Amino acid sequence: MEQFLQQIASGLANGAIYACVALALVMIYVSTDHINFAQGEMAMFSTYLSWQLMSWGMSFWVAFIVAVAFSFVLGVIIERVILRPLHNAPVLSIVVVFIGLLAICNSVAGAIWSYLIKEYPSPFPKSSFGIAGVIGPHQLGVVLVTLVVLGLLFVFFRYTPLGLAMRAAAQNPQMARLVGVRVDWMLALGWGLAAAVGAVAGIMVAHIVYLDPNMMGGILLYAFASALVGGIGNPGGAVLGGFIVGVLENMVAFAGNQVEKATGVYIIGNGEKLTVALIIVIFVLTVKPAGLFGRVVVKRV
Amino acid sequence: MAALLEVKGLKAFYGQTQSLYDVGFDIPAGGITTLLGANGAGKTTTLRAICNMVRTEGVVRFDGKDLGGMATEEIVRLRIAHVPEGRGTFTTLTVDENLRIAAYTRRDKAGVQADLDRVFSYFPRLKERVQQQAGTLSGGEQQMLAIARALMLNPRLMLLDEPSFGLAPLIVVEIFRIMRRINEEDKVSMLLVEQNAALALDLADNAYVLETGRVVMSGPAAVIKNDENVRKSYLGY
Repeated sequence: MEQFLQQIASGLANGAIYACVALALVMIYVSTDHINFAQGEMAMFSTYLSWQLMSWGMSFWVAFIVAVAFSFVLGVIIERVILRPLHNAPVLSIVVVFIGLLAICNSVAGAIWSYLIKEYPSPFPKSSFGIAGVIGPHQLGVVLVTLVVLGLLFVFFRYTPLGLAMRAAAQNPQMARLVGVRVDWMLALGWGLAAAVGAVAGIMVAHIVYLDPNMMGGILLYAFASALVGGIGNPGGAVLGGFIVGVLENMVAFAGNQVEKATGVYIIGNGEKLTVALIIVIFVLTVKPAGLFGRVVVKRV
Repeated sequence: MAALLEVKGLKAFYGQTQSLYDVGFDIPAGGITTLLGANGAGKTTTLRAICNMVRTEGVVRFDGKDLGGMATEEIVRLRIAHVPEGRGTFTTLTVDENLRIAAYTRRDKAGVQADLDRVFSYFPRLKERVQQQAGTLSGGEQQMLAIARALMLNPRLMLLDEPSFGLAPLIVVEIFRIMRRINEEDKVSMLLVEQNAALALDLADNAYVLETGRVVMSGPAAVIKNDENVRKSYLGY
């Protein structure tokens, strides 16, 4: 039983990370119809940045805030400088740019900080934090931090004029211009926010997966799966999808371990988590192509 | 009367295709002007060209200010409200959010609240549906929302693209009555594009007739209404 709870808890912690990255993907998707393949590598870069700041003597949380803020600015700059000229480019060109961005982030991080795996600290106190036997201090911290970030984003989009303008620009850009919204800047802002949320995810997960230039590869896959499960155009769905995928993969491994313990037959274990999770994702999408919380969009052609 | 909007030698292009050749007209402050013409004559394009939503050449001056080269969102900030073809509803936002986003550029909170009250007095139906997703409104309600949204900008000029399109006759009458009130009580000038020429000529002071991207006739609405060609081509009797 205790093991079961632990598995749920660690699933929630992983799910929180997936939720953040999935939300970052969705934020860009709803306003541009593109999936930013470089989202994970951008987050990895931000994480290295925070590591660098800490090694220069900053405390964890100061480095966290500076790195997230810097990621925001970087996201805005990437949109303004790299993607702006491609507004009317065909989808494939943009996909190539995303892949290029991915490769650039990866190799620049490797060149600056080397490909050696580094340890990354956890900011959460080991003794007083977490619930013994159920959830570890770092896992609890990750869940709390992401919930705060997601809550802040929700309030921003739901209750502030700028958030409303960003939603309007994503939903109907031409009409948004006609009410005076500077749509181009809203897109750039969306990129900034996505980069910042991704940075939070990277910094939170680095203690678990260790710091290296390829740390976000698997996570991006999970996040993509989460976004699809939740409904790619639905931010709330993506967040929920993240938690679902996170818990699901651990439950699969847990069930496999239990079966092995009871019968001695090895069916699935930790190694197959990703595979099984993705099979379930495919199954969900076969039954509900728009995702669990997505709407089917009918397009006239 | 001084012209609020001055259009001279306006050309417009969609890619390589030219769809306006030489459009010129003046809109006097406080009046209602209508553009008539068949499908494809360039009525909608003229409205879009005024807001620089298509590639244009020629002169468009608003209150003496040249709009050439300005971005659409900056033109809107001069308080030109465009009610587009198809109503331009933000379908996933609520009615309330649709109205508030229209006042996004304004900083006078008291004025916005006053305008919100005024809009609800024109369109009580919107008040009943204020928390509803705008995409779930009926066509008539969405047209009301589109006009309400334009009013929330506190406009000096409204550009209306076929407000009667696809609506039941009774609702069209109601919407046109409210447009007249907006013009008379709030002193908002209007440029109205309409397929329903009879209705438009009743409402408007001045009329221009477009044919394949050119102005072919202009004058006071009362005169145009009695022109034999217009009667045969656009009024159908």
